[in-house]
Amino acid sequence: MKNIRLAIAQIGPSLGDLNRNLDLHLEYVRRACDEDADVVMFPEQSLTGYFLSDLVTEVAVSRNDDRLNPLREASMGIDIVVGFIEETADHRFVPAAGYLHKGNWKHIHHKIYLVTYGLFDEARDLAAGSTVRAFTTPIGRQAMLICEDLWHPSTASIATSDGADIIYGLSSSPGRGISGGTPELGSAETWHTLNRMYAQLHVCFVAHCNRVGYEDGINFWGGSEVIGPDGESLIRAPDFEEALVVATLDDSMLRRQRTRLPLRRDENVALNGREFTRISAERHRVDVE
Amino acid sequence: MSSKQQLRTRAIRGLQLDPALVTRVLQGFVRDEIGKFGINRAVVALSGGIDSALSCALAVRALGSDSVLAVLMPYRTSNPASRSDAETLVRQLNIASVLIDISPAVDGITDQLHDKPSDLRRGNVMARTRMTALYDQSESFGGLVVGTSNKTELLLGYGTQHGDMASAVNPIGDLYKTQVQTLSEALDIPKAILEKTPSADLWEGQSDEDELGFDYELADQVLYLLIDEQFTADDLVSDGYDSAIVNNVLHRIEASQFKRRLPVIAKLSHRTIDRDFRYPRDWGR
Repeated sequence: MKNIRLAIAQIGPSLGDLNRNLDLHLEYVRRACDEDADVVMFPEQSLTGYFLSDLVTEVAVSRNDDRLNPLREASMGIDIVVGFIEETADHRFVPAAGYLHKGNWKHIHHKIYLVTYGLFDEARDLAAGSTVRAFTTPIGRQAMLICEDLWHPSTASIATSDGADIIYGLSSSPGRGISGGTPELGSAETWHTLNRMYAQLHVCFVAHCNRVGYEDGINFWGGSEVIGPDGESLIRAPDFEEALVVATLDDSMLRRQRTRLPLRRDENVALNGREFTRISAERHRVDVE
Repeated sequence: MSSKQQLRTRAIRGLQLDPALVTRVLQGFVRDEIGKFGINRAVVALSGGIDSALSCALAVRALGSDSVLAVLMPYRTSNPASRSDAETLVRQLNIASVLIDISPAVDGITDQLHDKPSDLRRGNVMARTRMTALYDQSESFGGLVVGTSNKTELLLGYGTQHGDMASAVNPIGDLYKTQVQTLSEALDIPKAILEKTPSADLWEGQSDEDELGFDYELADQVLYLLIDEQFTADDLVSDGYDSAIVNNVLHRIEASQFKRRLPVIAKLSHRTIDRDFRYPRDWGR
């Protein structure tokens, strides 16, 4: 991959206010350009806010919506990873992560795993995606996953098997878990572990952008980070505060780590494919019987 | 199930908290959830007890001492120490305060009654009279009401609906009583408040723990294990917890569920408020 400067825009979007959030995005895009970043990345549902309930249908946009034009124009100078709710042509509302490059969508990922337990109720209002794909830009091969997707290790396996050197993880992770008197929230601790695990086991970069702010009393803890293929943190944004942080992602890091630890070379994709196909067929058979 | 007392150890650890982390989240909560409404001020009813002291201290940290008004609302039989402890806190936090004696208003209601109201009824009238005065101060000061109900009393239903349970934002509603004590200590709440016996002070000599029939330390362990960790009552009893107390706690939670919800609305249309008309409170903010 090409060496890049990646900016993480750890913002606190307003709930259900597309216009205000769009302005906030443009401000952070400008700041990222000032930092000579090649890519600027926003969190999950960065254009809409998270706990939407009935607001979903009011803030969803089609991928060609004119209201996104300012963002499209801004992407002439810098690649933008943005989170929104996409309304499909057949009127499903899907949590989406889009990669804008020179005015066009290079790829749109639909969240696979809607989270519907605990404090979450996504499947009530939203439709799920059905594919995980890496995609290519002049930078190289990358993939986007959204929050709960990364609580299912298979999605990162598919993305990296498909050649992604960078996984962009977009999150709106509510802060919770104070038990035991640890200085970090339970949800933050888990995410840092996950990010590091994915980076090390898939020998790739993991960029996790989590939002900040409060919605109906629920806090989002921020703490966005970029982890290198050796599991070391390249940059960490502060907890709870809006911030723009920039990391340099260097191809030589990938080369060195993949030389030392050729896990990707040795990953048996064909075996995974065969076994998952078999398991899937057997499960289907059991369900039918 | 595991050997005895294993859950107890788990509960004690689970109830520990890092004061710096929790203060940061709660301070941000007060600032954000009030600020979103274009307001940067708050009013807090100070009883002289630990819960309202903590809520008030958090509000001051979030908004600054100029932006918080303490409202002291004694009744003629209230313990004089309650008022003086509240005043100590007011001085320590360097905030403005108002004193509203609720005796004439409360007596104005109870004197007209044909029967002799029980302590509980009189206590409820006092709590709701305080709410009325507090919301008036909310309007005159231009600040939102910061709540003072902790998770233990909310779960046990140990509060007056539309009285002390009423607020706009509640920073301590997800903290158990013993966690309130831990955090209050870290935030330098005056010693007299930290060390006093918890009491609603609705009548002379009233004590929370006497009334409930168990102490807060035990109640918090039981609640934490049942609610946060989702163990069953049987799990707790096998571990050595007293079954009468566990069942008492469970009964109180169930019996007070209505207090934690909005009034039920009879459904008629396709979109009923809070049933299938589901907009967040922070809509557009």
